[in-house]
Amino acid sequence: MSPLLTVEDLRVSFPTRTGLVEAVRGVTFSLGRERLGIVGESGSGKSQTGRAIMGLTPPHARITAKTLNFDGIDLLKASPRQRRDLRGNRVAMILQDPKYSLNPVMTIGRQIVETLRTHRKIGSSEAKERAIAMLEAVQIRDAARVFDLHPHEVSGGMGQRAMIAMMLIAEPELLIADEPTSALDVTVQLDVLAILDKLVSERGMGLIFVSHDLRLVSSFCDRVIVMYAGRIVEEIAAADLRNARHPYTQGLLSCMPDIGNDRHPLPVLDRKPEWAL
Amino acid sequence: MTLPETSQMVAGRSKGARARGRAAVVARFLVVIVTTYLGLLAVTFFIGRVIPIDPVLAVLGDRAPAHVVERVREEMGLNLPLYQQFFRYLGDALQGNFGTSVLTTNPVMTDIRRVLPATVELATLGTLIGSLIGVPLGVLAAVKRGSLIDQAVRIIGLIGYSVPIFWLALLSLLLFYAQLRWVAFPGRIDVVYEYTFTPKTGLFLLDSLWQRQWDVFRDVFRHIILPASLLGYVSLAYISRMTRNFMLNELSQEYIVAARAKGLSETRIIWFHALRNAAVPLVTVIALSYASLLEGSVLTETVFAWPGIGLYITNSLQNADMNAVLGGTIVIGSIFIAINILSDILYRTLDPRTRAR
Repeated sequence: MSPLLTVEDLRVSFPTRTGLVEAVRGVTFSLGRERLGIVGESGSGKSQTGRAIMGLTPPHARITAKTLNFDGIDLLKASPRQRRDLRGNRVAMILQDPKYSLNPVMTIGRQIVETLRTHRKIGSSEAKERAIAMLEAVQIRDAARVFDLHPHEVSGGMGQRAMIAMMLIAEPELLIADEPTSALDVTVQLDVLAILDKLVSERGMGLIFVSHDLRLVSSFCDRVIVMYAGRIVEEIAAADLRNARHPYTQGLLSCMPDIGNDRHPLPVLDRKPEWAL
Repeated sequence: MTLPETSQMVAGRSKGARARGRAAVVARFLVVIVTTYLGLLAVTFFIGRVIPIDPVLAVLGDRAPAHVVERVREEMGLNLPLYQQFFRYLGDALQGNFGTSVLTTNPVMTDIRRVLPATVELATLGTLIGSLIGVPLGVLAAVKRGSLIDQAVRIIGLIGYSVPIFWLALLSLLLFYAQLRWVAFPGRIDVVYEYTFTPKTGLFLLDSLWQRQWDVFRDVFRHIILPASLLGYVSLAYISRMTRNFMLNELSQEYIVAARAKGLSETRIIWFHALRNAAVPLVTVIALSYASLLEGSVLTETVFAWPGIGLYITNSLQNADMNAVLGGTIVIGSIFIAINILSDILYRTLDPRTRAR
């Protein structure tokens, strides 16, 4: 079976007054209906990789790739209209903080219905039913009431569930989750992850999980890509993470705290300039 | 591990609490109205007492014998202690009694009933023109930031608030009236119709429409369109600028990225999602611009011989007709209060986050 997504030598750069800034510099990977984690520090290009696949890079950015292929569709040659038809429909994205990523003046229900009615010919009452069913699927009790609430009236965890519902209601095949739990309380993080976990397995979606949390990614994903300065420095099965070879990955791993071990002094992450070459 | 959320996680409230919240909002509004209005009356009263114009002399002239002056002073209550004068003033003002205008010999309220609709009509049409064109222009400028359109809107705006309006008014009269004959002579209505047309509300456009007097309507329109467009242009300059800023702010928000990720069209993202959010602060901007036009734009009213409240107050002031000036000031102050409250209510309706807190 051919992979769902093929990325080969993806480059994203932004022209600035001081010259071209390259955020992503030759990223290559492919993805089936599996879970791929992308980790890296801020500015490593992990979010820009996800946004380039979505087609959400700012218009002044320059994107090149040998291949950027989603299910047989060449994304670089696709028209803006074609790409828009994919977004929210076959490829969806979950953003970091529901406080900012939900429209504050629209009810949660309307925002979910909007995704569905953009991509499916469906009557408003049926759309509402499906939105409520989707809210129930993300384990919101009393979904009919939450449907009519505005984003500021719900908690962060519930907002992120609504976000998931909004992005998954059209049943996409690929989901890009860009730090989906970073803005949430630790206790709520696990709930939201569990919901995401369940929906991804049930619906057989491909998942790209972008995060800076190595432990979270390793427990949640099948495979992990470690990015540094716009490049992939290591690709490894999540289970083998302990045996990572690249010194940057090892550095990331050794920075993680460990209960029961006295870790003084905590090691400082090594950033050798030659890794960025 | 999947924990369904508990009902406390929804920060919703019961119906009773909401109703109580709404009642509190109304109560707060009332307090604001009453205090502001009292303040307004106090200030106008104070102004009326400190200016060096003797109201008795203004009525009688300076040749009246001393005993007449004294009698009139008593009749007007000016011999009473100041606080008693204030209460009399308060009572009169609340009944809409601002005394008689020396200039027109009418009760001030009668005069205001005549001149205010003229200004209201002009200001409303001006604001309509200003926002119906200014908002879309501002949106376009924000969306096409840095483009030719953006620069064009910037220049249109710059001219709008830097060129003196009386100069624009005179030039446009020269062009559209004297040269092109597109619009009518200054004034509100042609002399021909002044005796055949009996306005009800004083808003001539509505009155003529209501009475189905189409020739009157056309004439009134030909009179109002030029001054209204000028005022509209000036408010457009401000409104388009503010719309651009608000839109730029909204378009950089994360929910816009989310809307794109949902696959919505740019049209829907801009004109529905972003503009709907930008509308919240925009309401206040438009309301303030409307209020400033309602104040009566003296220069425009002068150039176009428009019998509005700005012209009325200015004339009264030049003739030391203090009753008319203070009455007019109070009316304008009341309009300001009303518009502020209206925009506040609208703001609350548009932004769910401010509702019934």
